[in-house]
Amino acid sequence: MIEAVNLYKSFGDREVLKNINVQFEKGKTNLIIGESGSGKTVLMKCLVGLLEVDKGKVLYDNRNFSEMALRARKAIRQEIGMLFQGGALFDSLNVEENVMFALNMFTNMTPEEKLERVNFCLCRVNIVNSNKLYPSELSGGMKKRVAIARAISMNPKYLFCDEPNSGLDPKTSILIDNLISEITREYEITTVINTHDMNSVIEIGDKIAFIYKGELWWEGTNEEILVSDNKEINDFVYATELLRKLKK
Amino acid sequence: MHVFYHIGKYGLLMVRTFARPQKWNAFRKQVFIEMDALCLGSLGIIAIISVFMGAVLVIQTAYNIDSPWIPLYTIGFTARQSLVLEFCPTMISLILAGKVGSRISSEIGTMRVTEQIDALEIMGVNSANYLILPKVTACVLINPFLIALSMFLGLIGGWLAAVVGHVTTSHIYILGIQSFFVPYEIFYALIKTAFFAFIITSVSGYHGYFTHGGALEVGRSSTLAVVYSSILIILANLVLTQLLLAA
Ligand SMILES: Nc1ncnc2c1ncn2[C@@H]1O[C@H](COP(=O)(O)OP(=O)(O)OP(=O)(O)O)[C@@H](O)[C@H]1O
Ligand SMILES: [Mg+2]
Repeated sequence: MIEAVNLYKSFGDREVLKNINVQFEKGKTNLIIGESGSGKTVLMKCLVGLLEVDKGKVLYDNRNFSEMALRARKAIRQEIGMLFQGGALFDSLNVEENVMFALNMFTNMTPEEKLERVNFCLCRVNIVNSNKLYPSELSGGMKKRVAIARAISMNPKYLFCDEPNSGLDPKTSILIDNLISEITREYEITTVINTHDMNSVIEIGDKIAFIYKGELWWEGTNEEILVSDNKEINDFVYATELLRKLKK
Repeated sequence: MHVFYHIGKYGLLMVRTFARPQKWNAFRKQVFIEMDALCLGSLGIIAIISVFMGAVLVIQTAYNIDSPWIPLYTIGFTARQSLVLEFCPTMISLILAGKVGSRISSEIGTMRVTEQIDALEIMGVNSANYLILPKVTACVLINPFLIALSMFLGLIGGWLAAVVGHVTTSHIYILGIQSFFVPYEIFYALIKTAFFAFIITSVSGYHGYFTHGGALEVGRSSTLAVVYSSILIILANLVLTQLLLAA
């Protein structure tokens, strides 16, 4: 379980996160939703320590991550997999080397074992026969999927995904959503996903945290969100004509 | 104040850079890749510049001495001294600051703005150590060899100019480049080169590593990298010469 307690973060005099208190549960896909610019990416970066919080703390299974020394943080980071909004694959390495990177760095597996693990992860995200391609030779969706494969290569206990399906077609989006939710259940991962895609919310939202202007506005499940009478929630959920019609 | 801020930040980055690599064989592999990309990739330009520089030095020296009292082997001697003491170590390092420095800082800067450095950090990899240390190691080890080669090619260029341009005979030129030879001067030049290599790689690494924003900032930091490494090379040149050569 990952917990954020009284989290504050501002850039200069611009307050981006205000008093965030939220828990993300193990074995569930936890969603952070909110409109563009509401602070989702900043919240996620605070959770993993890429940004230092101004006030408050982040707990990983009751281990206080915010006050840890660098060395202890590194140990926890090896339990974290993260998918970045832009993929962030290493340009100079091919698909196979990208997925193998952490295995090379942190394990003593033999080359055969590593290759087997890499192929397993790539197969899991439906990337076959592309081991030797470089990131510049992949499509957007393939990059995302390779990035997921890289994020799960070390069997993470915590998985963070920043907009896993932005810029993808609806079919691939659903594929990736289901993939993440399957992996989460299968390996009992604590998964946190940033999204503004309503499809994902309905499909895989075990637990949803709605961020509005830097504040935690609402929490609940994907069933509750559809019937909530909160105005901001309704504006967000029923932003499209199609969903408004379906509601009636 | 600004200066101290950067010096402090640079110092902290260097502390993180000079940590023990996560995996030695990954580090070794990376050093070889950088040697190939940064050092051997510069062979061509170094060769061309050295040969022409040596040739021009010989022609200019000959042009300046038309007194019968100055022996002709002075031409070879002067060319050698200029090449070994200053032209090869400093000039070539300045050129490498442009070529290698901009490459390093735009490579690392792009990795920063596309979140690849964040991805390294998330995995628990010390990104400064992983990205900067192999480059520093490769250049500090290989650049002295490049400069030695440059000296040799410079002397060949001078010989060509001397013989082809009928400035002097091959025999007298070679006598000139052999006269009053002090091996310590070569040592001085190569030590300088190693220091300059460190400046180029670490300063460019610094500018790349702390890039914020997008393509525009990547370009800006590679310009800054070249400017600052050049200035620091010039300053270090003065200090090192004072320390190593002043009687
Ligand atoms: N490094 C930074 N410096 C200053 N302001 C920042 C920085 N990073 C983010 N912000 C500000 O924080 C706010 C929240 O940004 P954030 O990236 O978290 O949005 P988001 O919810 O992820 O949006 P999107 O859905 O478009 O990705 C924005 O107003 C942004 O301008
Ligand atoms: Mg975002």
